[in-house]
Amino acid sequence: PSFALERKKHPADLTREMLHDRSWRGETFKAYNLVPGAGAMPSGGHVHPLLKVRQQFRETFLQLGFAEMPTNNFVESGFWNFDTLIQPQMHPARDAHDTFFMKTPSHANRAPEDYVERVKTMHEVGGHGSIGHQYAWKRAEADKNILRTHTTAVSARCLHKLAQDGFRPAKYFSIDRVFRNEAVDRTHLAEFHQVEGVICDRNLTLGDLIGVLHQFFARLGMTQLRFKPAFNPYTEPSMEIFAYHPMLKKWVEVGNSGMFRPEMMLPMGMPEDVNVIAWGLSLERPTMIMYGIDNIRDLFGSKMQLGSVKNNPFCRLGLIEQAETVRATQ
Amino acid sequence: ALPPRTPARQRSRDDASCAVVMPTVNLNRDRLFAALGKQYTEREFDELCFEFGIELDEVTSEKEMNSKFLGKEKEEDDTTMETAGETGADGSDVIYKIDIPANRYDLLCHEGISKALNVFLGRCPTPTFRLVEPVNGAPRQKMIQKPETLLVRPFIVCAVLRGIKFDQARYDSFIDLQDKLHQNICRKRTLVAIGTHDLSTVTGPFTYEAHAPEDIEFVPLKQSEKFTAAGLMEHYKTDQKLKHFLHILEGSAVFPVLYDANRVVLSLPPLINGAHSAISLETTDVLIECTATDLNKAKIVLNTMVAAFSQYSATEFAAEPVDVVDAMGQSKTYPDFMTRFVEADPAYINKRIGVNIEARDMATLLCRMQLPTKLNADGTLRVEVPPIRSDVLHQCDIAEDVAIAHGYNNIEWTIPPVNTVGSQQPLNHFSDLVRNEMAMLGFSEVLTWILCSHDDNFKNVSRTDDGNCAAIVANPSGLDVQVARSSLLQGVLKAMGANKDAPTPSKLFEVGDVVLIDGTKDVGARNSRRLLVLFSDKKSGFEVVHGVLDRIMVVTGAAGTGGMKNAGYEVVESDEPTYFPGRQAYVMRDNKKIGVFGIVHPDVLQKFDIVNPCSILELDLEPLLEVEGVSLASTSLLEQAAHI
Repeated sequence: PSFALERKKHPADLTREMLHDRSWRGETFKAYNLVPGAGAMPSGGHVHPLLKVRQQFRETFLQLGFAEMPTNNFVESGFWNFDTLIQPQMHPARDAHDTFFMKTPSHANRAPEDYVERVKTMHEVGGHGSIGHQYAWKRAEADKNILRTHTTAVSARCLHKLAQDGFRPAKYFSIDRVFRNEAVDRTHLAEFHQVEGVICDRNLTLGDLIGVLHQFFARLGMTQLRFKPAFNPYTEPSMEIFAYHPMLKKWVEVGNSGMFRPEMMLPMGMPEDVNVIAWGLSLERPTMIMYGIDNIRDLFGSKMQLGSVKNNPFCRLGLIEQAETVRATQ
Repeated sequence: ALPPRTPARQRSRDDASCAVVMPTVNLNRDRLFAALGKQYTEREFDELCFEFGIELDEVTSEKEMNSKFLGKEKEEDDTTMETAGETGADGSDVIYKIDIPANRYDLLCHEGISKALNVFLGRCPTPTFRLVEPVNGAPRQKMIQKPETLLVRPFIVCAVLRGIKFDQARYDSFIDLQDKLHQNICRKRTLVAIGTHDLSTVTGPFTYEAHAPEDIEFVPLKQSEKFTAAGLMEHYKTDQKLKHFLHILEGSAVFPVLYDANRVVLSLPPLINGAHSAISLETTDVLIECTATDLNKAKIVLNTMVAAFSQYSATEFAAEPVDVVDAMGQSKTYPDFMTRFVEADPAYINKRIGVNIEARDMATLLCRMQLPTKLNADGTLRVEVPPIRSDVLHQCDIAEDVAIAHGYNNIEWTIPPVNTVGSQQPLNHFSDLVRNEMAMLGFSEVLTWILCSHDDNFKNVSRTDDGNCAAIVANPSGLDVQVARSSLLQGVLKAMGANKDAPTPSKLFEVGDVVLIDGTKDVGARNSRRLLVLFSDKKSGFEVVHGVLDRIMVVTGAAGTGGMKNAGYEVVESDEPTYFPGRQAYVMRDNKKIGVFGIVHPDVLQKFDIVNPCSILELDLEPLLEVEGVSLASTSLLEQAAHI
């Protein structure tokens, strides 16, 4: 024990003065009580967890050679959202209880008239080897504005433009908000983010779609996939995608996919041998799984607690695989 | 039991690209396995469903389902009440809830699903449906349509099934299928309504007429006294099930009604059948009539009923034709099976799927999918599309069935050699650069709703709605989804209000789209990419948000550098009620207003339950995408591709 004539205060910290006058020598500093996690949290900014995951999905698409589609139009016409996708007008998904219709602006101003004619004909009587949907198609219904129910409406715009400009092979993607007028609960909201990938080329096959999906989901850490017959009004064949999830350790549905119907492609002016394969999933679900979030309102929206933005770890998607690159370069 | 899984119905809403919710059919498991000739384990059956393309969504019991229904947990279908005693006396029989594809109306009942699975498994061939004339040269039943019906419900089709043997299970299934069809393809009876009658209780020829509601009088099903049609409209206002269909007839001068030769009312479509011709377990001859506003759907619905229940007829899979004389006097025979033959090219199918299946094997596969197929001499396939496969529109539907029968998971996968380069939308790339800069400046990102209440978008932020400045929703399901935001302010203020305990200072930002009315766009509205920055502390921090504005101008290159150094914008003092007087200004660039910054007015803070002063900056990012010397021509591509 050190003995002194007077009680001495032990300094806690090294200061500028001590450096200057070297008074730190010979001092006994107070013992630190080091506790993991008790450090002073640095101040600084943070990006939103959902948008971190969005960033990784964007980078995955970009790495695979996909071009981003412009999705900055939430208000869409029924024509682009439903009719160009050959979804018939008397269809449950176009119900007022599934879709948000607009009061202002209530109707679209215009649409490419020659294309409208071809779409109308396809709905009413078919053509190009199809019998169509056999009903009376109404322009007024197509002109009704809605909040888009899927970003596939934008894919339709881009594919139409591609066909009009002169077909060349293309790969497109988008990640943006869509709107559903459905009951909200713990895992469902009126608005959420859809991730969509589209490939357009001559002679694409279902086997190609399965291959691309293997490639895409491998980037997200899922290498075991199974496919199940499904139904979408605008794809045939259609497949639900199931994957063995490495974190949850079970098989879960991870997305929906298919090959666009000829009834959709041919009125656009696509050459007959061009096929378009596409797939989609939501951004929220993989984010909630990855970060272990149970209630979607803890992830998104005004009620989200800011603390969870601050404490949210890196999004490791994209870091997960690349094993082949590692093997090839080390 | 299988581990719990997310019900298919829920999952299909998660996967944004699946546009339809799958209808659900409740099947008695034991009855199903008896029809399939095998006792499956749950896992085995689940696997079979996976291969075929339907889904075992839930395993429950009659008792559990009924207690759920009575416990006010809303079932998506309303057939539970109808299905009285489908199973054993104690309701403990196992029920399989199966989700089916929305375009397969033939799978909406036990009969349809079990037949489809049996054919898929190769246990039996696809039924060949045919018309069999009445015995002993008796004349066909006749349905004569009167012209007045054109005013209200212009189409009718009919069929007769002879010699049906009903037991309780078959009877319940018969009723359930009608309910399912009504909910799905019939679009809640607006397009088609089905009526079924005991033929022995009525006498043809039948007439389909339309009369004033007071002039129609009969004893409807489940009643013992007579009602006029007008009286029924009143009476059914409180009926939980039928009140939803009153609107179809409401306001019509005439109501459709079916009579037999003795003026007995068979039905008042689409509401209710007459009690006189009600079907019971003893019924053997059934008259099915479908009245409609869509003829094609009426035919499909009639065919679906016939296809499912003709297996119980005296002659299996046979229906007796009915002559329908339409309002123009033209006579047509129904049911019209609309059986078509499609010439399919095996090369097309192989190419679409990415396989190499011999034409002969393809024919065998298609037969398992209820598409009887023969090989033509020239190697093409002659595919018969029966009435139950009204979903087949094009050769691609046939290709899908080949793929399913072959097995999706047996297809060899390939990577297509599509040579493209990746690229981002400049506006999105730019937005991410701004977001990262804001985070580096020490601000936390929030992500708020695009939809909000009208008050939040206007009154609560002291703005007025002139009727043409924000996109308004016509059918909001609640207050929170009335308007698409025309500013990022209210969302971030709400986030502040919800995080009152967060440490100060609060430094928040959001980059996102708002929706503006724009008559030059094809849809009449456009998105506008904005940045909103908020600072809040015991003091307002006005200089902080001003500093952020300056910083943004520097990093985007809008502020000149070197000899051209300037702030990148001008300031014009503003006077908006949203902000504190004398503490607000517009951000101007090239004589255009591109933003506003200021201290939020206390009236607004109060509406959002915020106790500390706040300063905000709301900036339009799109004008900053192109700055002098740094042009991005692709902005116009952005315009072109998204908006015609």
